[in-house]
Amino acid sequence: MIAVKRLVLDVLKPHAPNPLEFSKALAEQGGYRVRLTVVEMDEKTETLQVVIEGDDVDFARIQATLADLGASLHSIDEVEVVGEPEPAA
Amino acid sequence: MRLFERFGFFLRISRSHGIARRYFVVNGFDGAFTMLGLCTGFQVSGDVSPTVVIRACLGAAIALAMSGSTSAYLSEWAERRRWLAGLEEAMVSDLSASSHGSAARLVPVFIAAVNGLAPLSISVVIIGPLWLARAGLPLPLAPLPMAIATAFVCIFGLGIFLGRIGGTFWLWSGLRTVLIAMATVALILLVEA
Repeated sequence: MIAVKRLVLDVLKPHAPNPLEFSKALAEQGGYRVRLTVVEMDEKTETLQVVIEGDDVDFARIQATLADLGASLHSIDEVEVVGEPEPAA
Repeated sequence: MRLFERFGFFLRISRSHGIARRYFVVNGFDGAFTMLGLCTGFQVSGDVSPTVVIRACLGAAIALAMSGSTSAYLSEWAERRRWLAGLEEAMVSDLSASSHGSAARLVPVFIAAVNGLAPLSISVVIIGPLWLARAGLPLPLAPLPMAIATAFVCIFGLGIFLGRIGGTFWLWSGLRTVLIAMATVALILLVEA
């Protein structure tokens, strides 16, 4: 069983919602730890580096949440996954 | 996200709280002053049956509600489309399925409802004494003066609301709007004389 422990994402989003609300929305998808850094800003958008950590990050859910928040995922810059042995039957 | 939280989120990302608040006040004043003018005019006209006054005032209130809600919906829909298009251009992506797209579709409906309900609800409150008089309930004043007094109270209340928004002393803000109402009544009496 593969568990995604850490993701570092390059994300473009509109100014609203603000970074605090944005990171809370991501964190509540699975009780994740989210660290968000605003890398760049222009008149209507912000470029972010989003670090998401958890026991098993559900990437599909994160993608759906990003889309719902009006954000675009530009790239996955870092990934940390762990191969965990299947629990004995 | 619960329904109210979700809708509050839509208002936040579209920055529409201020617009809704502004429309509530503007159209609330429209309703209150229209009713004040009608009731003052009927009072000056002499003996008019409460039923005639109620029907005239209700007709005006419904017209204000329809005008307010339709004009607000059309203008806000256009503004939200423009806002969404600008955002899509900046994001280089289609946001129709996102919360921003939902906000662009739903916020105009909400603002139209505020714009329509504000004058209607305030008008209904102001002509309340006329309904009570027609139902046979005793009032401290005659029905029309009571409705006029209710209009002044509503206008004072809107003034207090404005004061709280602007961070000014609520009493001065309320009294300022009452002074405007008194000037309106004075003007009507002057013209009717």
